[in-house]
Amino acid sequence: MDFGFTEEQELLRSEVRKYLDAKCPLEQVRAISEAEGGAGFSPELWKEIAELGWLGLCVPEVHGGAGLGQVDLVVLLEETGRSLFPSPLLATSLAVAALREAGSEEQQARWLPSLADGTAIGSPALQEDADPPTPERVSLVGTPDGDGFVLRGEKRFVPDAGAATLFVVPFRAGSELALAVVERDAAGVSLEAWPGMDLTKRLGRLVLDGVRVGPDAVLAERGDAVFERIVDRATAGLTAEIVGAADGAVVLTAEYAKDRIQFGSPIGRYQGVKHPLAEMYVDVESSKSLLYYAAWALDESPAEAPRYVSMAKAYASEAFARIGIDAVQLHGAVGYTWEFDAHLYLKRSKWARPMYGDSDFHYERVAALGGL
Amino acid sequence: MDLTLTPEEEAFRDEVRAFLDENLPQDANRADPGFVAEWQRKLRAKRWVGFSWPAEVGGGGGSIMQQAILKEEMARRKAPPLGSCFMGLTWVGPAIIAYGSEEQKQRFIPDILDGAYQWCTGYSEPDHGSDLGALQCKAVREGDEYVVNGQKIWTSIAMWSKWIILLVRTSQHADDKHQGITCLLVPMDTPGITVRPIKNMAGGAMFAEVFFDDVRVPVELRLGAEGEGWKVTITALAHERSGIAEVESLTRNLEALKRLAQKTTRGGRPASEDPGVRARIARFETRIQAMRMNGLRYLTKQLRGEPLGSETSVSKLLRAQLEVEMGDFAVEIQGAAGPLVEGAEAAADGGRWQKMALSWPEVVIGGGTPNIQKNIIAERILGLPKD
Repeated sequence: MDFGFTEEQELLRSEVRKYLDAKCPLEQVRAISEAEGGAGFSPELWKEIAELGWLGLCVPEVHGGAGLGQVDLVVLLEETGRSLFPSPLLATSLAVAALREAGSEEQQARWLPSLADGTAIGSPALQEDADPPTPERVSLVGTPDGDGFVLRGEKRFVPDAGAATLFVVPFRAGSELALAVVERDAAGVSLEAWPGMDLTKRLGRLVLDGVRVGPDAVLAERGDAVFERIVDRATAGLTAEIVGAADGAVVLTAEYAKDRIQFGSPIGRYQGVKHPLAEMYVDVESSKSLLYYAAWALDESPAEAPRYVSMAKAYASEAFARIGIDAVQLHGAVGYTWEFDAHLYLKRSKWARPMYGDSDFHYERVAALGGL
Repeated sequence: MDLTLTPEEEAFRDEVRAFLDENLPQDANRADPGFVAEWQRKLRAKRWVGFSWPAEVGGGGGSIMQQAILKEEMARRKAPPLGSCFMGLTWVGPAIIAYGSEEQKQRFIPDILDGAYQWCTGYSEPDHGSDLGALQCKAVREGDEYVVNGQKIWTSIAMWSKWIILLVRTSQHADDKHQGITCLLVPMDTPGITVRPIKNMAGGAMFAEVFFDDVRVPVELRLGAEGEGWKVTITALAHERSGIAEVESLTRNLEALKRLAQKTTRGGRPASEDPGVRARIARFETRIQAMRMNGLRYLTKQLRGEPLGSETSVSKLLRAQLEVEMGDFAVEIQGAAGPLVEGAEAAADGGRWQKMALSWPEVVIGGGTPNIQKNIIAERILGLPKD
């Protein structure tokens, strides 16, 4: 039994943190995400992180990646979450996960190398409405057309819709659920980026107006089960960013509580400040533990993965929502200003909470899987 | 990261399971003194009592991982405790092993392992509970004896104990209150000791006040040097501290809570179909698992030889919240039957939930209140200034 990270994973963590602290501190996060008309990420940094191997972390070596697993990905995403790093990295790594779950060797060979080297930007287009993605909620129809399909309809709440060049799109093929890869420049594709509270995370709409997908772009038709596995991996990836960001918010607030003097003493001396911070810390610790176990189970013990993924997402996103609010509140009036950073975490928590199912959704899943 | 057991760990787990299969039948009466005595004798023969203690003093010399496996398997089968002298095994033994004289070790350790009699711990005082370091029960050296005067309180099982491990003040130090505390081992039948049991809100009496009136204690019963008492009592040997056994007991309560929700009706339908009830039970389940996973991470730290700091405060806080909330929720979903206790025809599960709803302070307050745990976490882990 060993429930800790390897030396390589610790090294990965410290390298990622070092890079982001140097290249994308919060001033830079703001500059990138607040840029007028920007796509919400920096193409220069994107190129660099591709060279550092972050984008190909879970891409098999034969396709130009490092061939690592979910636990390694969690380490990377925790750190990008901690830094509130604005980029389509999460979306791209989820597209990679979808291709690995559902794609044939040929399909992986076709798309994974460009996702690994950063020339393509991926996004899983799993939702059509504001409800969590489940197989039942996939209604976009693929009409058979020769050996392929014609897709007509729209996907909404698509991560990084404005930046992505390659989408994984579930659709109905008769009574079956199938998945296809749709590229941005295909005929009939149009995209719309939506404004949101969290400037570091973008959502939007993917409209498919008679988009033809050939048989080579239809990912192995394994129906509902593969869809749920993709969503579980997406949920775990998202949860890693949640946990990292929540940790970042706790550190920021604890540091403020050590510096800010009121009534002649740092406010962190008062239990009214100290105790909420302790609770925030405990929530982050517990979120981490649930997340790490879920990540391990996704690769090594798939039967128990759904239960633990749901526990991790439910617990972490609920905790983060509270932490986001408390972080602002414990800063006092300056927490309400645009200038101080606390609100960045609050906004991230609002973005993350509903993604791939909120706590209500996941706790219900835990109840059902637990025999209730 | 590998959450599976190694072949050696698995072999030990199988040994424990085989022992349980053989010696703890499903229908064993765990309240039968004869059965429990026989059980303790068998455990002792396996050296599973004091399993974490070194073999030289009669312990089991078990590794950290084996301790975790043993405790988890025992808790899962609801086995009687590993040894019957709880305070001796938890507090007194480790302190004697670390600081005791050869004579003290020979005199006390075998009896603790055999459960020959009970020990109690004289730590808290009426004015010094959470702020234990400021304790004032006084001992003055007179020749070869200490003369003790003062009072202890919240002393669990004092009325059934033959010995008490006692913290007394032998000198005053304005700059560091922890200096000047000395540890004594005192027979409870020494003249001048009076025990007065305190009835708790559940109606039972597990703890007591203990008064010391010119109690004379021979110097050879001092544990460690004079003024070293604080250090002596916070000694922890290489104990497994993951909290895994507590997780097992919470898990058992959770399973019982699910069954209660299935047989309790709300609006004519099982409470377990109510979305609010389902969500609350799922939250408990998730938090119990979080506690388990936290424990496994801390266990890994220990196994890797990294120092374990205040992480146990995290486990203690989570457990405290779960104990309080689960008991309360179980009573709440019983509706009008919630306040009824054992003996009432409409009381569910023989009143076990009502007992839980009234007995949580034992584990929630004992050993440091939740607010104290939060102080520890904020100060020692997050580095916030001390109160």
